[in-house]
Amino acid sequence: MTGYVIRRLIYGILILIGVNLFTFLLFFAVNTPDDMARLAIGGRRVSADAIEQWKVQQGYDKPLFVNAAADGLGKVTDTIFYERSVPLLRFDFGFSDAGRDISYEIGQRIGPSLALAIPTFLLGLLASVSFSLLLVYFRATWLDFWGVVLCVVLLSISALFYIIAGQFLFAKVLRLAPYSGYGQGLDVVRFLALPVLVALVAKLGPEARFYRTLFLEEAGKDYVRTARAKGLPERIVMFRHVLRNASLPILTSSVAVIPLLFMGSLIAESFFGIPGLGSYTIDAINAQDFSVVRAMVFLGSALYIVGLLLADISYTLADPRVRLE
Amino acid sequence: MPKFVLLWTDVALFAIILAVVFYAWRVRHSPTRRATWARVLHNTPAMCSALVLGMFIIVGVLDSIHFRPQLPPVADAPPGTPVAYAPFTESVLDVILEHTIPGAERTWSAPLAWRQFTKETELIEGVAIRGFPRLAYGGAHLAEPETDWLGDVLRRGGAGLAAGLGIALLAMAACTALLARQWSLGLRVAWHDIRAGVTKVPWRAMFITLAVLGVVIGAVAGLATGYHVLGTDRTGNDVLVQSLKSIRTALVIGSLTTIAMLPFALSFGLAAGYFKGWVDDLIQYLYTTLTSIPGILLIAAAVLMLQVYIDTHPDDYATAAERADLRLFMLCMILGVTGWAGLCRLLRAEALKLRELEYVQAARAFGVGHARIILRHLLPNVMHIVLITAVLEFSSLVLFEAVLSYLGVGVDPSMNSFGSMIDMARTEMSRDPMIWWSLLSAFVFMLALVLSANLFADAVRDAFDPRASHWSLRRRKHRTRSGGQA
Repeated sequence: MTGYVIRRLIYGILILIGVNLFTFLLFFAVNTPDDMARLAIGGRRVSADAIEQWKVQQGYDKPLFVNAAADGLGKVTDTIFYERSVPLLRFDFGFSDAGRDISYEIGQRIGPSLALAIPTFLLGLLASVSFSLLLVYFRATWLDFWGVVLCVVLLSISALFYIIAGQFLFAKVLRLAPYSGYGQGLDVVRFLALPVLVALVAKLGPEARFYRTLFLEEAGKDYVRTARAKGLPERIVMFRHVLRNASLPILTSSVAVIPLLFMGSLIAESFFGIPGLGSYTIDAINAQDFSVVRAMVFLGSALYIVGLLLADISYTLADPRVRLE
Repeated sequence: MPKFVLLWTDVALFAIILAVVFYAWRVRHSPTRRATWARVLHNTPAMCSALVLGMFIIVGVLDSIHFRPQLPPVADAPPGTPVAYAPFTESVLDVILEHTIPGAERTWSAPLAWRQFTKETELIEGVAIRGFPRLAYGGAHLAEPETDWLGDVLRRGGAGLAAGLGIALLAMAACTALLARQWSLGLRVAWHDIRAGVTKVPWRAMFITLAVLGVVIGAVAGLATGYHVLGTDRTGNDVLVQSLKSIRTALVIGSLTTIAMLPFALSFGLAAGYFKGWVDDLIQYLYTTLTSIPGILLIAAAVLMLQVYIDTHPDDYATAAERADLRLFMLCMILGVTGWAGLCRLLRAEALKLRELEYVQAARAFGVGHARIILRHLLPNVMHIVLITAVLEFSSLVLFEAVLSYLGVGVDPSMNSFGSMIDMARTEMSRDPMIWWSLLSAFVFMLALVLSANLFADAVRDAFDPRASHWSLRRRKHRTRSGGQA
């Protein structure tokens, strides 16, 4: 198992290098530093001097991959690619194009992101699993039928509508929660209640339907029939047998997304004005701040790889039959 | 004679339609495929939503026939001057709407209103009066709006409704007659069967859907002759027109993206599963790298690059519509190039299974080449996966477009789309009194499109893959276990 984890970690590093190279190509080769300078300075009639100056300021005045002017190792290290990519592998994100320390910003914003993402994740899992269990418990009745219809309708509605409708209903009509914003200390609960509720409803449709099919598949198996045949009440069959076995895929798929919770939610955060990593990313996209976007891409990939690894490990822990070689 | 313009997405859309027609022809001539599709045909929700989807597709196709109208010749032009064309591109739908729906107002107006939504100061007989001015087009035919309005609305709505219902009834009668001939039954017996709901294909439910569609479309069309049925937006544009024109954007994104990801997914997925070994490792590495990048960020980055390209190459397009269209086309390509990993993984798994089967082994023993085995023996046997993915992905892509447009990395701002409608309407919600009609229209149209696409897709999935719980490759869900237990 240890050997497996180490191998996976090395593979993860390989992938991170790939991600790095890919985003670098996307950002610097397609879009040359000259273009970026023009964008940053603004306007079309930018003098060549101003562009040069901006490039020197940002450290973009070097060649992309190979510096022919330098000697020895400098041929590789004294380039934009080396300077911008290798520090990323050490999780040193450097400065944004606007001149702020990205690592510091991430540290500041990760708290609000998690404050929104963790309750959403846990409560969402609870709500979806219990709703789908309810449907499976009453399977082949009108409750099940209309429950599935509700799920299909819910998953056909854009996430944006849930947010807008939630803000309208709870903030404008009922005045129960503030529109948007973020506070200090316990005040946070007031601001987070609405985003969490909206996210719960938005996730309920697709997840409950997916879990329902998982449960139904499990409920059709032989051991469940045996359990019923020996006279166990439906309640015990459901909770002790079906739920336990069907929770395996649910567990592992949930574990895989836990690290990604750190990235925050792009849309919810920007709608509700929560100063987390998601809104940071959106601001960076809108300001075309490529250093920040690259840093967030890198962070997201690293967390994704950790998630895959965690999912594999949780698989072995939850199901002793699975062995990782 | 106007000059017809084939935009990139038009070509793609027509090609897709041709491909679907060709596929339908193939299905007709193959008993097994016909049996599978019959299960879709016998599924009630699927067939009703197919009707609704059909309406959307008609609108989309009408909106895809583009041309540049001919300008009237200059009065004293010498003979032989080349014909000049307008510098803008129109579609057939534009022309139809232009002639039926009232023109653009100055600013907001509520649905069916005859007065503007916001107050303005008007000079009436030299006196400045602050009030709600009358609209230039909506309800402009009313002499005494206060008293005539309700009657006029009811009359137009009722007439449209009756016409719509009449057309629907005619269509039903024609359908029944055709079916009676096909079943070799009398007209009365056929109608009786349909009404009793004992036909295999759910004709009764489809007829009811058709009647409902006829009533709704008829009523809206009747009202649209004199009013802005869904109101107007901030710049006075009719919201109904915007919604109708957004349909094409949604259809293009939903269908073209899947086509764009097919080359990568098919070639990589089949190659990885068939060859195994280092090819498999390399391709797995590729798609793990791709999936590990947060999807929205990758798309945003690519779209930003595209924006720079479009800004620096203004020579590639002649009109604003062509620029918007180029951007839409490229957006689909970007979504496809960044989104093939999920399908690729499915195809790889299937190819791994197929390559061990006897007929593939036999082909190999006969000395058939790799390329031929992949093309002749593997490809036809994974096409059902491609089909299921294509229909399942459609609705999530339509929803995804809204999110992208909200983030500002979606379609061109000048192009109508549900995402930009929501984005615009979002700020209007906080006004008091509230402007709800843009948002509601986007909501209703999107729900109808996505819901019917979802129902249809579910039926297709059930028909082609009866035990299917593993088909939830949703874009946002990271439940990938790629090569987890290698």
